[in-house]
Parts: sequence; C-alpha cells; structure tokens
Amino acid sequence: MHDLYAEEIIDHYRYPRNKGSMEKPDLVYHDSNPFCGDEVTIMLKVEDGRVVDVKWQGHGCTISQASASMLSEEIKGKTLEELRHWGKEEVLDLLGIPLGPVRIKCALLPLKALKAAAWGITTWPHEEEEEEGKGTV
Amino acid sequence: MTPVQPTAKAQPLDVKRIREDFPILREQVHGKPLVYLDSTASAQKPRQVIDTLAFVYEHAYANVHRGIHYLSETATQMYEDARRKVARFINARSPREIVYVRNTTEGINLVAYAWGLPNLKPGDEVLITEMEHHSNIVPWQLVCQMTGATLRWVPITPEGFLDMEALDRLLTERTRIFAFTAMSNVLGTINPVKELVARAHAVEALVLVDGAQSVPHLPVDVQDLDCDFLAFSGHKMCGPSGIGVLYGKRELLEAMPPFLGGGEMIRQVKLTGSTWNDLPHKFEAGTPAIAEAIALGAAVDYLSNLGMDNVAAHERALVRYAYERMQDVEGLRILGPGPEHRGGVIAFTLGDVHPHDIAAILDAEGIAIRAGHHCAQPVHDRYGIPASARASFYVYNTEEEVDVLVTALHKVVETFAF
Repeated sequence: MHDLYAEEIIDHYRYPRNKGSMEKPDLVYHDSNPFCGDEVTIMLKVEDGRVVDVKWQGHGCTISQASASMLSEEIKGKTLEELRHWGKEEVLDLLGIPLGPVRIKCALLPLKALKAAAWGITTWPHEEEEEEGKGTV
Repeated sequence: MTPVQPTAKAQPLDVKRIREDFPILREQVHGKPLVYLDSTASAQKPRQVIDTLAFVYEHAYANVHRGIHYLSETATQMYEDARRKVARFINARSPREIVYVRNTTEGINLVAYAWGLPNLKPGDEVLITEMEHHSNIVPWQLVCQMTGATLRWVPITPEGFLDMEALDRLLTERTRIFAFTAMSNVLGTINPVKELVARAHAVEALVLVDGAQSVPHLPVDVQDLDCDFLAFSGHKMCGPSGIGVLYGKRELLEAMPPFLGGGEMIRQVKLTGSTWNDLPHKFEAGTPAIAEAIALGAAVDYLSNLGMDNVAAHERALVRYAYERMQDVEGLRILGPGPEHRGGVIAFTLGDVHPHDIAAILDAEGIAIRAGHHCAQPVHDRYGIPASARASFYVYNTEEEVDVLVTALHKVVETFAF
C-alpha cells in the first residue's frame, strides 16, 4: 500500500472527526488551496486561552481533509500559546507520512486556517519557519 | 456528428522501435517502469530531437539574422530550414506564414492583441467555445475589455460536442472572429474544423484554430481547412519547450501591426519612428529560441517519417482499447464522447476520489497522468465537477501500458473501498 494512503489517513478521510458547524464560535476562519481546490473552515471555542471545542467544514483531497480531522482531535484541550509555534513538522508527525513540496500545502491548509483564526497569520506555516530562520525539513 | 474516418492508407506504427528512440522511457519511477500517459500536457522527446539540440550548441550556434560570420550563417540557415519544414508539415503556402512564438498561448495572444486591438470595437463580437483551454479564453477576455467588444461562447452538448444549433444562432454578422480548439484537451472531442471555418467565413468572421492538440496528433492541412490562423506548441509534438508556431494567412499578417517591438522586427529605426521588417520577422522581436526552433524541425521530420495518418490511427486504436478496458473499473466515469469521436485523451472521475489522490496512487505505480482542471475550468463547470484525472496517449504508448493503468485504477478503488 502506498504510504500517502495509509489506513489511518483513509479512515480520517472517510469518517472525519469533529466535522460540522458550531453556534457562535469564538474564532472562525476559511481558507483554500487552489492547487487541489481544497477548502477548510475552522471554528473554535476558546476558554481562558484554551481550545475547548473544535468544529470544521470543508472538502477537497484526502490529505487536506484527513489533516483537518486529525488536527481537530489534536488541538482540543491545548492552549493557543502551545499551538502558536506549530508548523510543518507537527503536521507531518500527525499525519505520519512523507509529503513532497506540492502536497504539503494540502496537509498544512487546516493549520494555516487555525493560525489565521487565532492570530491573523496568513502565511503558510513552513514559510514562517523559513522567515524565522528555523530552516526547513 | 460523423465519426472521425480512419484513412485507408494508415500503417501500424512499430512502437517497439519508436520506444527505443525515447531515452526517458527507460527510466524507473518509484522502482517501477515509467508509464507516461501525460503527453497531452507535454510529450517526451526522441533521441533525434535531443541530438539536434546538442548538435546546434556544439557545432552550429550563433545568433540568427545578425552576423556575417560562418556560425551565424549556419545557424540562420538551419533556423530557416526548420521554418520551411514546419510550413510543409501543415501545408502552408509559404514559410513567411510561419511565425515562431514561444507556444500556443503566445500565438493566440499575438492575434488577440495585434489583430484584435486595432480591429475590434463596441458592438463587435468574439466567439469562442465552452471547451476551450484557458489560453483561448483569457486573451479574448482581456482584449474584449480593452476594446468594448463582447465575448460569446458556443455551449457543449451533454455528449461533449459543440452545440451546432447554438452555433447557428451565435455566429452572426457581428462576429468578427471565431476562435476554437480543433481538439479538446479534456473531452478529447475532435471538432469538425473545416465545417466550422466554412460557417464562420459565411458571415465574414475570421477563424483562429487552437491546434495545440491537433497538430501533434492528426494530419493538419491549413489550405484544406482554410483557417485564417492556427497556433500550436513544439513541446507537445516531440519538440522542445519554448518554441511554438503561429500560422497566419499572409495578407492578414501583412495588414497587422507588430505584437512586440525590438530587434529583428524592424526595417529601419529612427528616434522619430520605425518601419517594420518583412514577414515573418515583423513578429519575431528579439533573439528567438534558436536551437529549439531547429530542434522543432527535427521533431517535424520525426513525425513526418512516422506519417501523421499512422500516428492518428495508432492513437485511435489505443484510445478505443483504453475506453473499453476502463469501463470495467467500478465508479469510473469518462468525460466526453465515445472513442470514435475523440483523440488520444481520456479524462475521467472515479467515484468521489479527488483526482490528485488518483494521480498520487498511480504515481506510486510509475504511471504519470494529469489531475486537476487541465487549464479548462469551464469544461469542468459544464459537467458540474471541480476537476478530473486524465490519461493521454502518443506514438510511444502501448496496450500493455493501458493494462498497467487499469490495474492501478482498480487499486484506487480498493484503497477507497467504495
């Protein structure tokens, strides 16, 4: 079986976790990736700087949708401060698959939407790393 | 619609020998033999073309139409010989009707700007079709915005043909130019070019044919078609990228102002004004893609030796075989008409699997296909889908490669288990 389509990725794609909508989210952001036509809207409830609920909506390729599903599970309970420094590495760890320069954008789209929702950061997560001189994977 | 008629004189291609001419076909991808099914995006290059590029740079390179010295004369001779080969290949009346450009896109832009800007005015109409590549939509949108002309388009029928009844209504005395593709890069539909040209000429509209897909894959005779302009790219017909051709009827090209200004395209330059060089140099400002143009001549020789009737027959047989085999794949839907009406292109969707996911799974099997909107979003909108996957065939593809494709498509179905 091809790495990209590991069972867990397909499982999240077919049975997305936390997909749905939320009444009056504290933070919400919609973003898209023109390459695959991926769309993700992320909605958060935040109490005392901590993510207490996450919902997301979207459509697109398996990588983007599985990434949104996995990210939504992972960030619940974490503080925004903890998430602020998340980048390419954290998302790749979560997905557990190698990704080339093109499909990495599909994987990073949900995190990009999260960062825009929380801090108005609209660059791709790994671009920030490059700018901050952390280097790239 | 009458099916594309096979020609009696077609001979089968010796594909085994042809494959030996293409060094890249010996490559392994992810440990599997390369199965290249993306020639509609860009074709691979035979040894004859690669060697020509190397020969020019090693033995015959200098700027063209400039120097008096030996190398400049040699390069100019080869560059102009290639132009004559291209003219013969599409049966132009004269090599002066062959303008070197970068690609189909630049050829269409040249006509849209150099013909469109001085000739179009409010009330005039430019007619295109719903099955165009973006390169035959966007230049016309831009020029219509600049001139106040109106852009109209011929819709596609559910089966993937141009709606000829709508064409009758849309083609009027207001239509100044009808720009359409000879063969859709998504649906594979081969349009009845000669009939469309005749209908446009009946209302005194000019015709530009986007030949990006037809010239590499089908015999094309511009005098028989009677089209006014034909644009095509070298890289889709076994030639290098960076070189393409705009054919135009001489009297039309003569009457048009230059597209780009600079060196080579002038006769005389004074600071107060300039006069233009003869055709085709009037449209070739600046140092061109010299070695690439010469290597395009080698690509034309290569295809001419195979015979374009034979090339077309080979692809027709392969697309028929692939069309039938792909019917066995659960959930697979092919866009466009049946195999008797199409060139060597099959775009498809597979259940609700994203085309990029299909392409990635196929890539792991060494198979190269295109996935996305193929620079033709309106076609996809027409069928209510955001994107599709596309397999395309050329002179070097075999039925065995179609079998590898079909096996891999079954794997996609298994992976997504729908």
